[in-house]
Amino acid sequence: MAGISETAGPAPARTGSKSVLGPEEIRRALTRIGHEILERTDGAGDVVLLGIPTRGVPLAQRLAARLEQTEGVRIPVGSLDITLYRDDLRLRPARTLGHTEVPGSGIDGMVVVLVDDVLYSGRTVRAALDALGDLGRPRAVQLAVLVDRGHRELPIRPDYVGKNLPTSKREVVRVLLTETDGEDSVTLQVGPEEGR
Amino acid sequence: MNRHLISAADLSLDDAVAILDTAEEFATLAERPIPKLPTLRGRTVVNLFYEDSTRTRISFEAAAKRLSADVINFSAKGSSVAKGESLKDTALTLQAMGADAVVIRHGSSGAPHRLAGWVRGSVVNAGDGTHEHPTQALLDAFTMRRRLGRLDGLRVTIVGDILHSRVARSNVWLLRTLGAQVTLVAPPTLLPVAVDGWPAAVSYDFSSVLPDSDVVMMLRVQHERMSDAYFPSVREYSRRYGLDGDRMALLPDHAIVMHPGPMNRGVEIAADVADSPRSTIVEQVTNGVSVRMAVLYLLLSGSREPAEPAVATTGGLAPAGERAMSAAAAEAGL
Repeated sequence: MAGISETAGPAPARTGSKSVLGPEEIRRALTRIGHEILERTDGAGDVVLLGIPTRGVPLAQRLAARLEQTEGVRIPVGSLDITLYRDDLRLRPARTLGHTEVPGSGIDGMVVVLVDDVLYSGRTVRAALDALGDLGRPRAVQLAVLVDRGHRELPIRPDYVGKNLPTSKREVVRVLLTETDGEDSVTLQVGPEEGR
Repeated sequence: MNRHLISAADLSLDDAVAILDTAEEFATLAERPIPKLPTLRGRTVVNLFYEDSTRTRISFEAAAKRLSADVINFSAKGSSVAKGESLKDTALTLQAMGADAVVIRHGSSGAPHRLAGWVRGSVVNAGDGTHEHPTQALLDAFTMRRRLGRLDGLRVTIVGDILHSRVARSNVWLLRTLGAQVTLVAPPTLLPVAVDGWPAAVSYDFSSVLPDSDVVMMLRVQHERMSDAYFPSVREYSRRYGLDGDRMALLPDHAIVMHPGPMNRGVEIAADVADSPRSTIVEQVTNGVSVRMAVLYLLLSGSREPAEPAVATTGGLAPAGERAMSAAAAEAGL
């Protein structure tokens, strides 16, 4: 699953770690995504941003804050935990749940923009779509990711991409954010093991 | 990860907090348009009840169904148990049916522990004799934390038939783990002999401990387990150890009144106390479903290495270190 997967965990051997995005580039990518959301949703009047824990949540909050600063548009933000909808629950020990919080506006009839850090297999997004179905019926669902690293295993595509990053499955994309990790960076590392 | 929940005393602080935090997430589920999750689809939970129960059985059934598990209810009445089948043979039958979890209530202390040695799935103790009732203690702790915001340092007074109460036992051990201070109040005849060894203070004067209590938990007098006269009359018991409006007025303003049910109104608790805004009795039932969902989720959702059944594995959930590792593994996940 994209987001959670290759973004965390113990850092593999430091050999061959390459910086992909720095703090300034992450900021610019989010600003651009914000503007694209405004353009493509006619001013984002009925948009709800839902971040997928862990790192999708601060990204969604940053997007909303940016849009309020620059354009004066207030967009409701929430979080959508997908743990209970994962297709790999039986493959690993029980997982700690993240927090789901739907803004007061609800999601019925709204345009929900899912926000995650990395798009990889597409399985996280598949789970998120299932979770959304139990929460209500959005008018449309879109997907914003900071990094698209390819290797989709499901027919899913992003609507807004911060950075397209061609990778091999052996590589690990590590996203760090100030809110969760104390710094902003995206790095590409050659992992010791097969990704998935 | 350990597979069973037999005793609240087996739970580490990390385990207990993980269950309460998970329950907190499940508690929001009831407000959703579709209060159902696909998480345990294809798993089978057997409710094996040798003793009567309304709350607990329905609560476990609702919890399992909200997580999409299949539920098989088995009560001793009307089953082969009435024909003399032993617990072990019943267990082997369940095993043959492929039960992923067995929720057991039994009149004999230690029955869940024995069962855990015979079946491959997880065993959840839903009350065994006068021993333990861990999910009740967890839902009580959950209710206290929701109402009062914390558990560490909380002063909890448990009043009544401590001797026969598995709820009291489980609560004493769990609350100790969670950092609360427990005081037991009961007539001397209704205290266990070994109460000195429990991590709790003992008092015989109910009114004097009330001003220093954040929580008062009233217990039912379990006449069905009594073969002796433990007190002169119900009226005298009620006068000394019952919670009426006058006694409730001695409590600090923030204090709450709990009861695991079923209540005997007019004996251990007066009707106006049971129905007062301080009473959490109805909340406890609601919270019970969330807490049992959390227990079933944590025991059943993960991978299961094909372990041979062994009596030695009757601990709580995962030990602290293992849980931390599994959280890390989850993050590093695919």
